[in-house]
Amino acid sequence: METKYLVGIDGSNCSERAIDYVIERARENSGEILAAHVIEWSPYAFSTPEENEHRHQRREQELARARDEVLAPVVERIQKAGIAGEGIAAHGHVAKTLVRLAKEHDVTCIVLGRKGSSRLVQFFGSVASHVVQITDRPITVVP
Amino acid sequence: MIRSRSLAQWCAGKGCARAIPSLLVLTLFSLLPVSVVQAQDSLDERIDNLVRPAADWVSSIIFYPISLGGVGVPFVLIWLVVAAIVFTAYFRFINLRALKHGFHLIRGDYNDPNAAGEVTHFQALATALSGTVGLGNIAGVAIAVSLGGPGATFWMILAGFLGMSSKFVECTLGVKYRNEYPDGTVSGGPMYYLSKGLAERGPSFATLGKVLAVLFAIFCIGGSFGGGNMFQANQSFAQLVNVTGGESSWLYGKGWLFGLIVAAAVGMVIIGGIRSIARVTSRVVPFMATIYILAGLTIIGFNIGAVPSAFGAILSGAFSPEGVAGGFIGVLILGVQRAAFSNEAGVGSAAIAHSAVMTKRPVTEGIVALYEPFIDTVVVCTITALVIIITGTWNPDVDPSAGVQLTSDAFASSISWFPWVLTLAVVLFAFSTMISWSYYGLKSWTYLFGESKASDMMYKVLFLVFVVIGASMQLGAVIGFSDAMIFAMAFPNLLGCYFLLPVVKRELNAYWSDLKAGRLLSSRHQVEE
Repeated sequence: METKYLVGIDGSNCSERAIDYVIERARENSGEILAAHVIEWSPYAFSTPEENEHRHQRREQELARARDEVLAPVVERIQKAGIAGEGIAAHGHVAKTLVRLAKEHDVTCIVLGRKGSSRLVQFFGSVASHVVQITDRPITVVP
Repeated sequence: MIRSRSLAQWCAGKGCARAIPSLLVLTLFSLLPVSVVQAQDSLDERIDNLVRPAADWVSSIIFYPISLGGVGVPFVLIWLVVAAIVFTAYFRFINLRALKHGFHLIRGDYNDPNAAGEVTHFQALATALSGTVGLGNIAGVAIAVSLGGPGATFWMILAGFLGMSSKFVECTLGVKYRNEYPDGTVSGGPMYYLSKGLAERGPSFATLGKVLAVLFAIFCIGGSFGGGNMFQANQSFAQLVNVTGGESSWLYGKGWLFGLIVAAAVGMVIIGGIRSIARVTSRVVPFMATIYILAGLTIIGFNIGAVPSAFGAILSGAFSPEGVAGGFIGVLILGVQRAAFSNEAGVGSAAIAHSAVMTKRPVTEGIVALYEPFIDTVVVCTITALVIIITGTWNPDVDPSAGVQLTSDAFASSISWFPWVLTLAVVLFAFSTMISWSYYGLKSWTYLFGESKASDMMYKVLFLVFVVIGASMQLGAVIGFSDAMIFAMAFPNLLGCYFLLPVVKRELNAYWSDLKAGRLLSSRHQVEE
């Protein structure tokens, strides 16, 4: 069976480490990689009528920026390593959306970087710890 | 002569966008007397005297009294109530039977996960509500109760329920006939459904539609200067003076100063494009609304024993009021008028705010919009009225021109420091309502005059001038003008809605049968399976 990884990308150092790790794993068992970037967004946020008017336009811009600036370099790196890779950008609650994408694309495993380990992060919980709590897939957290 | 020509040439060039506002600002400041200190009071009076005749004239047309059982009922109220009753009957009590489904829609059960990042039903409703929940709920209710007694509350609630059907119709149409531009922006409202919707019915209807759309746009601009602006500035200033010591307050008679400050803040958002202010307001306003509701419920809770008798007074006062001019019909008018002014059902303004929602089925936004009059009038206005009645703040001799002060006194009788919170809430509500209405007005303005930087700027500066005027005027003239212009919007809007009812019916029937047959995807059902 083909191994398919979903790696969460936020453009930070910790997601760099996650990418390094997932490329290695994918190379070992000739898997493919889905790089996902989630734009934090809530369906219950408050906005002005003027913002609503331009919302669709801004959403397209945000997705384009995510694809071009965040995902494109990562996908290029993955493909340079000789691995089949694809990028995907979406709006939503970061942890919930990653879990949804993992399910939709039927991935074998989720790989995430961990952002710091300060007491504040421990108290509020990180994206990685939230995903651990709600996902139905195996998950690897890269420190 | 030479000077004016050179000015015109300058205006024809690119300097126009700057020239027009600065000219208007100059005109505004020329109203200021040379010796400001000595003439503060007379300045307020001067502006008041300047606007009052126009305000009175407009009011006399819109509120043309029609004799009903010996009492003159303003024509526009009959117009609004008849439409609300017709819509409620035509859609077989959509206002009640779709409430549960509306809640599911707002909760996001039917949101498409692949459309995340678009405007949700919740956001469209919240945006529309921040334009309607405001002074109407605080000051308007106080005016209704002080003039008409507790019974006015009953008619207000009833009008709120009926108004839900009007909102349903106009918001469904707002989405159905909205414009989706190539650059990805979305905007809609009565001016579009009146012109596009009626055009579908044939060439003679197309002309009628265009006339109605233009009329609507003109009245909407007027309403954005009146109820959406001057009334807000006026009443929030009244509350500020009241809480800082009434006639002995250093602010007393300095309405123009308050107006200038508010105009500066509004200007920073609508002209300066400082989105952070708008964003902060859009988050703080729901928070303040929650505090207001909780405080109201707390006071009602403290006086829970008085609630049955308060409802008794509301019911008996509704049908057999004592000492109210016009008796039963007089009270009915007051209640309906304040409800309409508060939730704007039938006026058409909300259709502009709701139309940016992401949905493939226009009728879903109509169903969501049912909650607007429900929250605004049935919930919030009732809480205000109950607080005024059970705290004993209202009595038959209360000064009817008190407005927001009556509500403030009612809250203060239980929570002594609450007037300060109320003042903050009033100013913020007024501010967010102004931002919303400046948008409605601007959309109408661009519908009439086309989109250009110069004409946009002209509208925005005019809007700010009216903030200052509103803060400086006496209550009577302001309320007269603001009511008149907002209610005038209901004439073209509802007339067009009658013609477009079959369109809404088709949309509703198709949607409802899909819903009942389980053909609509609900995230919740998937989870349950």
